[in-house]
Formats: sequence, C-alpha cells, structure tokens
Amino acid sequence: MMLDYDKILSSRVMDIKPSGIRKFFDILQDMEDVISLGVGEPDFITPWHIRDAGIYSLEKGFTKYTSNAGMMSLRKEISSYLDRRFALKYDPETQILVTVGGSEAIDLSLRVLIEPGDEVIIPTPSFVCYSPLTTIAGGVPVFVETKAENQFKLTAEELKGAITPKTKAVILPYPCNPTGGIMEKEDLVGIARVLEGTDIIIISDEIYAELTYGQRHFSPANLEELYPRTIVINGFSKAYAMTGWRLGYVMGTEPLIAQMTKLHQFAIMCSPTTSQYAAIEAMRSGDKDIEQMRSEYDIRRRYLVDGVRTMGLECFEPKGAFYIFPCIKSTGMSSDEFCERFLIEEKVAAISGGAFGPGGEGFVRMCYASSMDNLTEALARLKRFIGRL
Amino acid sequence: MEHKRTEILRLLEKDSRLTAQQIAAMLGLETDEVSKTIDEYEKNRLILGYQALVDWDKTDEEFVTALIEVKITPQRGKGFDRIAERIYQYDEVESVYLMSGGYDLVVIITGRTLKDVATFVSARLAVIDGVISTSTHFILKKYKEKNQIFSVLPEQEERMNFI
Repeated sequence: MMLDYDKILSSRVMDIKPSGIRKFFDILQDMEDVISLGVGEPDFITPWHIRDAGIYSLEKGFTKYTSNAGMMSLRKEISSYLDRRFALKYDPETQILVTVGGSEAIDLSLRVLIEPGDEVIIPTPSFVCYSPLTTIAGGVPVFVETKAENQFKLTAEELKGAITPKTKAVILPYPCNPTGGIMEKEDLVGIARVLEGTDIIIISDEIYAELTYGQRHFSPANLEELYPRTIVINGFSKAYAMTGWRLGYVMGTEPLIAQMTKLHQFAIMCSPTTSQYAAIEAMRSGDKDIEQMRSEYDIRRRYLVDGVRTMGLECFEPKGAFYIFPCIKSTGMSSDEFCERFLIEEKVAAISGGAFGPGGEGFVRMCYASSMDNLTEALARLKRFIGRL
Repeated sequence: MEHKRTEILRLLEKDSRLTAQQIAAMLGLETDEVSKTIDEYEKNRLILGYQALVDWDKTDEEFVTALIEVKITPQRGKGFDRIAERIYQYDEVESVYLMSGGYDLVVIITGRTLKDVATFVSARLAVIDGVISTSTHFILKKYKEKNQIFSVLPEQEERMNFI
C-alpha cells in the first residue's frame, strides 16, 4: 500500500517554499572549474589554537553532555567577551544560552514569543531563515523592503508603517547578509522612539558583529531603553571561521532566556561539547584572529566593490558582513536569469537577490570571503560576461 | 597614509605579483600613488627583490641545504660585521643572520652535494680569521616557509556551495 504523504505531512511545513536556489545545485553538479561566491562562509579554516583546544578536549575524554545552557566557563567567557568587545552586559548565570549555531537561536527566539497569528516584521533583503521559521512557529511574516538609497537600513518610518496591534517582534538582521547594511546608534535611537510604549521585542541577529568596516558594531541592546526588549544573537561561525562547529549564543533578559533554555533542553539537550571547549579557547585568545581576518576581508571588499563598479554596475559600499550586493538592473536581466547564465556561461556561482526576499530582485549577492585569486578570476569572468551582453 | 604605505608592503610580501592597480583597489588608493610608492621603495632598497617560493622537492633537481652555526671573535671597531661580510660575499651563501645565544652567526648555504657543503665549510668558512668553530646541520625536509605549507592540506569531503 502506498501512503499518501501529502496528507500525512504537516501542511504548515509543506506550504513553506523550498529555497529558490535549489536548481543551481543541479546545474553545479556536473561542472568543473567553478568559482563559488555563493556560500556565506569564511574561506579561512578555524585558527589552529582553537582546533587544537577541541582536539585536546577529545584526548582528555571530554565527550559527555554539558549543562543545558552550555558550560558555565564558556558562558563566563562569552559574558566577558561581549563586555570587552561591545560593551554589552549579560549575566552568565541567567542571561546567556549556548546554541547550535545562530540559526537555532533565531528559531528559539521566534518560538518563545509567537502566539498563532502574531506578526513578525522582517526587513528584507535579508537572510533566508526568518520567514520560514516565523511561519513554523505559527506567526505571520511582515516584510519591509529596505532601500539602497537608505543604505539598506530599516528606517524608523518604515518600521512605524509596518506595526499593527498584532506585531510581536521585529528582526534586526544587522550587519546585514546580503546587503552589507548596518544600523548606527542614531538609527537605533529612532527605532527606540517608535517602539516606546509597545510590547514589541527586537530580535537582533548580530552574527556579523565583528565584521564591520570603518566603525564598530552598535547593538540595540547598547541602548538602555532597548535593552529589556532586545534578544541578541551571535555565534562563532563568522568571527572565528568556525561554521562547521555549529556554535552560537543568545542573550536577553532572564525570563526570555529561561524559556529558550527550556525548549533547547528538550530539542537539543546541549550544544556539542567539543565545540564548546574549542569556543572557550577562541574567546580567551582569539581577538587577534578576528582582527586579522577582518582586515583581510576589508581588502577584498574594496577590491570587489571597485571591480564591479569599474564594469559600470551600481554597488552600495557594504559596511559589514562579507558580501557585495550589486544592482544588475542595467543588464536588463532578472536576478535569476543573470545568476543562471553567469553560472552556465562563466562558471561563477553568485546568488540571486530574489532569494533574500522582497526588494532583492535586481540585485545579486557575491561573497568576498574567498581567496584573492578567486576574486580576481571571478572579476575577469564577470567582465567577459557583461561585455558579451 | 603612512598606515596604507605599510599595507602596500604587507600585500606585496604576501603576493608580489599584485599589480599597482589591484593594490590601489584593495586599499582604496589611486593607482599612480601606489606605483610611485613602490618605485620609491625599490629605489630605497626597502623592497630588495621579488622571488617565487619553489618546492624543489617536486623537481628532479638534487641539492642539499645546510644551516651552519658559527662562533666568531668580534673584531675591534667592526664587531661582527666584518666577518659576516666576508661570509655573505660567497654566492653559495643564501642567508646570514646575527644571533643571540650560544653562537653568533647562522649561515644558510645550498650546494649540489653533501661534499660541496662540507668543502665550503672546511675550505672557506672555518679558515676565516676570527671564526672559532662551526656546526653544520643539514635540512632534511621543509614543512613550511614564508607562511606557506609545502604539503597540500586535504579538502573537506563535502561543502555547501550556496547560502
């Protein structure tokens, strides 16, 4: 007997559209000599002293579960790191939860807040997970298109216009993947004014906090008036090139973190023990690794922006993260068409802006966390490609 | 600007094939400015040369490299420099460093055979006035040089290509 899985599987899950870039995987399967600027991942491998700490913990036989919220020694390191690098104060006992990547933290934040029908404001273009995770938690995503002319910031007016009595939370995905936009202090003061007197929570995804160029990252939780309503999400993936270790962390006031820890306990138990040991080392002596990688990204950032602008493409100068988000409307192609042809004809993988939600059409994301040789070759191929159009 | 000038040196030290135009884009400078700075550095001998880092083990060429510790007597008025000079003039000498610790100079030389190196040490180096003793170490294998690892690190089995 054949089972009718369409009837069995949850419609809430089935209704979620698969990521629009699936088809590229298939094209890519049989290709050689492809340069991928498609994946948002540092090209560095994790610094050796951090890997070594993970290996050492295995040699010692530290392979058991840790406490649910993560090892206390790690939470203390996170607390001191946040204070040292961003002037953020969180109590390691009650305000910090160690998660399986920033992604789990986003999921938990939405789940502990959303009642059926609650609205979550999502500035776009932005990372792909906010909307499906909102839906799965029973919420309704409300998109706000950010604009290149506003440096892809969420303006106070835009936020105000999107708020309804059902608004539960607003995501602040800054520094922003894919746009490279950041929010500065005065922008957040504006946001604070709009939110004053409401119960709306800010979910601030700060996974790229260490990767800003020209100025340090400023968190909404740095503002006293926003602190109680802000959940801060960060992780080890981007700052220390530790994507595969799957380790993130989330901070907030005690009632928020307590509920997240409860869910985390049932779904995950605890974050990977080996990764936690490596992470302690990263926080104790990894500041210099961060600086080194950031200055390397900064060089590549300028190189790539200069390269695409020279070809006549409009490109916002990204202030954070490690992507450029040039406008390709001048080519007359849609973003999907551009990316598909660029991949097939020139073997360079970039991501169509449309994948990042409303407002992304007409743009393409290219990741510059790739070697200079790759970037140079990718620019040469882009020039050839555009010259042919 | 001074900081950017140092950055030019850092970039070139890592990859000397970068063009002035590329460096200008990477640092947010004008191409002319970068060219001029590099010219100046070459004239001042702040940049001494540009070389490729070769893994000779992958070729059929056979030679040996030795690291020689040398103890010397410093000379009045000239210190160690006079003797170092007499050593570094030999073409087969790749590097000479003045050291702190148990000996005074390190001399790195490359020869075609062990005998070549031995001959150089006994006939040239050891007989120089002021050289008290030498101790020769042959380099068996190079693992890393100038931040470059000689072996190829394995690639991870599967990697994400998108997002």
